[in-house]
Amino acid sequence: MTVANESIKHTLSTTNQTVSPTIRRAFPHLTAAQIEEFGQALDAIRTRTIADLGERDAKYIRNLIKFQRRCEIGGRALLFAGILPPAWLAGTALLSVSKILENMEIGHNVMHGQYDFMKDPLLDGKKYDWDTACPGDTWRHSHNYMHHTYTNIVGKDRDVGYGILRMAEEQPWEPKYLGNPAYALALALLFQWGVALHDIETEKVLSGEKSREQALAELKVFWKKARKQLVKDYVVFPALAGPFFLPVLAGNATANVVRNVWAFAVIFCGHFPDGTVMFTEEECRNETRGQWYLRQLLGSANIEGGKLMHIATGNLSHQIEHHLFPDIPGHRYAEIAPEVRALCNKYGLPYNTGTMTKQFSTVVRRIFALALPPRRKAAAQTAMA
Amino acid sequence: MTMNMTQAASKTTPPGLSAGLRRLLASNLVATLTTPRGVDSYLEMFNPLWSVNEVRAEVVETIRETADATTIRLRPNSNWLGARAGQYVRISVDLDGVRRTRCYSVSSSALRRDGLVDITVKTVHGGKVSGPLGGAAYPGMIVTISQAEGDYTLPEEWPTRLVLISGGSGITPNMAMLRTLLDERYAGHIDVLHYAPTYNDVIFGSELVDIADKHANVTVRFAVTRATPDGEDFSGHFSAAHLDALTNDLADAEAYVCGPQGLIDAVRAEFAARGLGGKLHVEQFTAQTPAPVADAIGGEVRFARGERVITSDGRSLLDQAESAGLKPDSGCRMGICMACKCTKAKGVTKNIVTGEFSTEANDEIQLCVSVPVGDVTLDI
Repeated sequence: MTVANESIKHTLSTTNQTVSPTIRRAFPHLTAAQIEEFGQALDAIRTRTIADLGERDAKYIRNLIKFQRRCEIGGRALLFAGILPPAWLAGTALLSVSKILENMEIGHNVMHGQYDFMKDPLLDGKKYDWDTACPGDTWRHSHNYMHHTYTNIVGKDRDVGYGILRMAEEQPWEPKYLGNPAYALALALLFQWGVALHDIETEKVLSGEKSREQALAELKVFWKKARKQLVKDYVVFPALAGPFFLPVLAGNATANVVRNVWAFAVIFCGHFPDGTVMFTEEECRNETRGQWYLRQLLGSANIEGGKLMHIATGNLSHQIEHHLFPDIPGHRYAEIAPEVRALCNKYGLPYNTGTMTKQFSTVVRRIFALALPPRRKAAAQTAMA
Repeated sequence: MTMNMTQAASKTTPPGLSAGLRRLLASNLVATLTTPRGVDSYLEMFNPLWSVNEVRAEVVETIRETADATTIRLRPNSNWLGARAGQYVRISVDLDGVRRTRCYSVSSSALRRDGLVDITVKTVHGGKVSGPLGGAAYPGMIVTISQAEGDYTLPEEWPTRLVLISGGSGITPNMAMLRTLLDERYAGHIDVLHYAPTYNDVIFGSELVDIADKHANVTVRFAVTRATPDGEDFSGHFSAAHLDALTNDLADAEAYVCGPQGLIDAVRAEFAARGLGGKLHVEQFTAQTPAPVADAIGGEVRFARGERVITSDGRSLLDQAESAGLKPDSGCRMGICMACKCTKAKGVTKNIVTGEFSTEANDEIQLCVSVPVGDVTLDI
């Protein structure tokens, strides 16, 4: 689904020898040739890993899906007995785990085409639809294409702010951003709706940049999916419980909110902790493949943790590896991370990682800091750069 | 006799969902509860044979027919609608994590009372599926199969004579026909002519000899191409002489030929020469062997749905499709977002980022990083 107003095709250059201003400022010793070497080394990791995909990866995703479905069936079943507090707590917890796993480790990764090699029609990245309000096709366009191609390019990567937040200094300050923390909280609690309506670009419709007809067509697609999700979680499942509908409804709502907040936290830790870099549209035009890889690295941040953290975050604990290799199955990221890290060391590049607490606290601080207008001195500096 | 068969059939209920349960599971209510994954995703948690839409089958037995051919006896679930003699199924198996689909003719009688379905797999040299499937299928293994397909079948009104010609694994659909006809007490005459290198290579060899012995209306002749023939059997590849020696009443017969390209071509030509082309039914098995590697420039690229044909200039298939006036879905144009993924119906393409070739028919490729290697047909 290519949106009609994207007449500018993303093309990689093979000859561009200029290092972009942002990179030059941060890494004055890095040459264009070194960036290409870096890219080629990453390509080699990618080719080797993809050639290795097979039984092990198929088993992993199938076992994970089995586990997730069991959580879902168990959770929903327990909620029917939800009038008893332990059943409600257990049911809601299981359903929350189910939604988190299905959206993050399964859905997001399957839709990236990570498991296309299996040729299983139920795991086909182009056809998969997931347990959340956002239609699969919409996600494939806004995330797989737009976010992953234009990562951290202010004005092109819509994930920088979701159209309502100020998440980068490069986004010009406006008085409405005084509400940044409030918008962030609302977005976190209602994240599935923020994601689903991401592409509508309401502010562009209001400014006239985007046609109302197009927005309405997109809303139709959104509503078709959203309605099914709402009916499932808030009408039919509660109705099946008869007089005990309230615990079911409350449990489903809570599970959705838990997933929303967790996904929000993990995703915001991906590109906004201290140390992540933003880019301008101009400097990324005519990027080479190596420069694309470099932007992906500098724009992403990892979360430290064990195997449980990796599965719970849908392997976005390895946001760096995910952005370098979106189509490699997520559980492989932990295995190739040491190699990626070594490459970064070799070229004097940062490898942004930290605990969830550390990464998220810097994100929260940023949300509050960017709510305020920049200091005069800083404003002048930005103007001169 | 008919009543006995019905009674016998009802004793063996196929595994899977009963009609009532299936109706419930296919209902709107269940669709709402299982959206967006669908009910089959949940059913397979309980029993891999349970499916609302798909035909699944359990391997109940494997029978080694020759050194390189194995019959796999399947019990399909209740979604199976049966097969007419001569039809084939697409069978999907997971091998090393990858689901591979191949077509195999049903070799069992269409009137088997126990509801079991045989396919007979002959190992193709260099093939990805036939070897593992034939060698590694085990009782209890679950496979997905399509409903029966194909129009290489007996006519509604049976003719008085039938001639069944085959070579190698081409015997499988003909065997299904033969077994079915015998189960139905067919009164007409059947001539079977089968080509194989040696007697040891004849699949169902002993059963065929047995049938010829027991049934006066069935004649079986083997033609061995690399051995000495016994008795009235023939030597060498297909020829007019074989046909004449087989039967004098060819003009009255409905004829069927299935096997390798060479045999099919020769039989077709001979029947045409005799003015009997209209009485010959043909089933061709094509092996999924990779095409010889050619150049990216100069091959013919066919866009099936866009109804365009171009000569490749070596650029990516996405660029070439757009130059041809098509507007396929696209995105990053660098091989990571999968927006331009589509089906390559046939031909070979090369991924310019990884260097990997896609050689199989109906393989999915990313247009933006693929170049054609020789002639290619795309499903866009």
